Formats: sequence, C-alpha cells, structure tokens
Amino acid sequence: MDKILQTLLEKVADLHGVPEGAYNIRANGQMAGRNTTANIDIVTREDGKGIDVHIKPGTKKESVHIPVILSQTGLNETVCNDFFVGDDADVTIIAGCGIHNGGDMESRHDGIHRFFVGKNAKLKYVEKHYGDGDGKGERVMNPRTEITMDEGSYMEMESVQIKGVDSTKRDTVAHLAAGAKLVVQERLMTHGHQDAESRFDVCLDGENSSANIISRSVARDQSHQSFYSNLQGNSLCAGHTECDAIIMDEAKISSLPEITANHPDAALIHEAAIGKIAGDQIIKLMTLGLTEEEAEAQIVNGFLK
Amino acid sequence: MLELQNISFGVLESQGKKEILKDISLTVGENKFVVITGPNGGGKSTLAKMIMGIEKPRSGKILFDGQDITEKTITERANLGISFALQQPVRFKGVHVLDLIRLAARKDLSAADACKYLSEVGLCAKDYINREVNGSLSGGELKRIEIATVLARGTKLSVFDEPEAGIDLWSFQNLIQVFEKMRETTNGSIVIISHQERILEIADEIVVISDGSILKHGTRDEILPEILGTASAPSGCQFYRREA
Repeated sequence: MDKILQTLLEKVADLHGVPEGAYNIRANGQMAGRNTTANIDIVTREDGKGIDVHIKPGTKKESVHIPVILSQTGLNETVCNDFFVGDDADVTIIAGCGIHNGGDMESRHDGIHRFFVGKNAKLKYVEKHYGDGDGKGERVMNPRTEITMDEGSYMEMESVQIKGVDSTKRDTVAHLAAGAKLVVQERLMTHGHQDAESRFDVCLDGENSSANIISRSVARDQSHQSFYSNLQGNSLCAGHTECDAIIMDEAKISSLPEITANHPDAALIHEAAIGKIAGDQIIKLMTLGLTEEEAEAQIVNGFLK
Repeated sequence: MLELQNISFGVLESQGKKEILKDISLTVGENKFVVITGPNGGGKSTLAKMIMGIEKPRSGKILFDGQDITEKTITERANLGISFALQQPVRFKGVHVLDLIRLAARKDLSAADACKYLSEVGLCAKDYINREVNGSLSGGELKRIEIATVLARGTKLSVFDEPEAGIDLWSFQNLIQVFEKMRETTNGSIVIISHQERILEIADEIVVISDGSILKHGTRDEILPEILGTASAPSGCQFYRREA
C-alpha cells in the first residue's frame, strides 16, 4: 500500500496499520487485506461485488473495520455489503471511504450497506467520508444504508463527512421492530462548489420503538446542501428529528423535516434551524484574544465535534 | 492605566440621532476597583463596550497603559490585557465549558486546573466541566461560567457588565465573595457595572452615569451615602429627572 492510500486509511478509519480484530480493506477496487475472528466471519459475495459480514450471536466487545480507499482516477465502483449482527451481540463496525483523485476523471464509490440487527443486539456503526487530491476529477460518494432492527435492539450510527467530497447523495432507510432504538448523528461540512444531499426514512413499526436523528452541518463558499428526514410512526413509538445548520459565505441549504403519524400513540417531533454564526459568539471569543478567523474556526469545530 | 478622553457616541433612531455617551472623561488607576452605576439606559453598558472595543466612539480617545487603543480591535485589546464579562453570556453548541476555560487561559489547562476557576465562581466543577455551553445551562450558570473565563485570563484590566444580572439571591452572596477575593488577590484593575449595594460597598471608587454623562465620580465614602438615599443625601430621583 502506497503513502496516498495509507493517508486515506488514516483519515477514514484512524488506522495507522493493520487493525485489531476483524477487518476487510478494499483499495482501488481490490481486496487489500482481510482478517476474521472466531466470532466474526467475512465472506466475499458470490457476484464479487461486496462482502457479507456475519457476527455470531452473543459476540461482545469486538469490532469490524471495513475501509474503502480509492486513489485511481476514473475508478467507478458499486459495492454491496451485508452485515448480520447476531442476537445479543455488542459490536462496533467502522466503515469509511476515502478518495484521492489526482487526475481529471471522476472517481466514484457507491456503497450499499444493509444491516440486520438481531434481537437485543447492540451495534455502533461509524462511517467517515473524506476526499483529497488536486486533480480536476470529481470525488463522488453515494452511500445507501438500509437498516432492519429486530426486537429490543439498539443501533447508533455516526456519519461524518468533513472534507473533500465533491458530491454526495446519502440515503438511509430504517425499519424498527418492538422496543428497538436508533440514534443517528450526522456531521457534514461542505465547501467550494460541493453538493450534498442527505435523506432519512425511518419507520417506527414496533411498539415502544424509538428514533433520534440529529444532523449538524456547515455549508461554506458556494456549496449546496439539502436535508430531508421522514419519521413514520406506525405504532406506539417516539421519534425526534433535528437538523441544525450553519450557513456561511454564498452557500445554500434546504431542510425538510417530515413526520407522519399512522397511529394515535405515535409521539413525533421535528426541529430544523438554519442560521449564520451569531455575531456575539464571535465577539465573546475575540474578547478571549482569538482573531475573527480563529473564533469562526473554533465555533465551526465545536459545532461539528 | 485606563483613560477615557472626551468619549462621545450616538445611534440613529427613527426619531433622529440619539446621544448615548456625551463627552465622557474618566481615569481608572492601577489596581483600582471601580464600580460604575446609575439608572438603566444611562450609557453604562455602552461605556463598558467602548473599553473592550465592541463599540467604537464617534469622538474621543481611549488610552491603556499610555497607549492609544481607540482604533484597536477587540482581539488586540484582549491581547494587551483587557478582559470583558458580557451582561448576557453567549451560548455555543458543541463547545464545552472546559474548552471555553482553556481558550480563556490560552493554554492547555488540565481539567483539575480549569475546575479551580469554576469552583471560585461557586459551581461544583465536576458537574460542569464537560457540559456544553448551550441552552441546557441556566442563565445564572452561564453567567458564572462567563465570570470564570475572565478569572482564567487574569489580565491587567477586567470589565464586568452587570455580573449580578440573572443570578439568584442564594448565589449572589457567593458572587460578592468572588469579587472580594479578586480585589484582594488580583494584580490589576477591575471595572464593574452594577446596581448592587453590596458591590458598591467594596468599591474604591464609584462613578455615577446618567443620561450619557458622568454625574458623580469619587471615593466610595464620598458617593455611597448620596446614592443610597439616606436622610442626609439627595434623593436618587434626581438622576432620573435628568433623563426625563
């Protein structure tokens, strides 16, 4: 693996070398490394376009790293990965996609991740997107996440895209059975002429299921963002969706939260706010000795932390 | 150490121009504890903002340690050694109390060291250090964190704009102790905008501002009896009459 790929790996998965536990590293469309454990098996799908990850019931405190890194300009790939998290398991899955495009052709990674979270299982899913390279070719990532949560399961999804992705279209669909709980934290920053679209469709199907979708984003320069979330309450359930955005320069943001109650005991809340950095926030930090630029960076970093 | 020379400031309103500060001249000496008081709307907060550079005077000069700082930015003034506690503290989503204290101290303070400043303002430090400076904190809590940031800076001049505003009666006693301690231990000057008798009582000097002008300026012993409305002193109403 060359230096560029190593840097990408560090950015998207905080990995400086081979991770502990189970992993599958995909570099420029090829498998670059794989490890399985007694409890976690990774197999290549029959069509060769992705992997299936099987986590045995009751597996505790183990992790799976599945980074995807691209440094070849003009590479377009679609990968489908399925994750089967056994009943009562408690695991962390760290995915991430990094693209370095030094050429003039579009590099694109479309990933479809399907999660089947077993009864009373607990899953933390972390996804980081990063792009760099000084070529004119666009860096494009379109992740689709499909989540099926069984009774009493818990899933926390953390997705971060802070730098360098020119165009992204994110789609997340989830179905929750009785007592299941989904927490999503999305952090997004766009700059230059970037375009980002994020959509959540969450169906609270089972009794006492709950979801909390929190998106925080910053749009700078001439970038464009759109956020759409729809929570559907189909049972006695609780749902909350919140989109909070800081707008800067000549950026544009649209936010469309939607809640649909198909059951009288569905309790759903949506909140959405877009605004620029408050002047008194900058002033306060300047009274502590920061310059206006430093104050702005501090506020943005804190907001996206 | 701080000298305001003939400071004037006005704003444009629908009825025309409104004078907020009218030719104010004031000197704050080394290690002095000066309380500025007077009726609401008299120009006290505007004067405090002038010192920090949040507002710029239309005319006049501001000198700090002999240096003309009239045209200096907020950041430059902060780095020269001026601190400011806002009357209405600012909320920051995602910024933790520890982050703010570290920014104020300008060094990577340990959590234990940062806690000392919170304890000084009467907050149980371990409950607060990792909280976000956001809407989940009450007005009084935010106010005390605001004061802690000024303590953490430890500069030559600290300006507090109505530190008592938004603090409940029970915490107020504690706040007085904070200022008493600052007065004893800080090597610098303190300017406080306040209406509180307990704060006026610990001042070296008291300045009364009304209708954009300095009405009185003298030692605590000279001014306090007059403004407390004792039998021998003129009524406090005289200050308001000027505004009418």
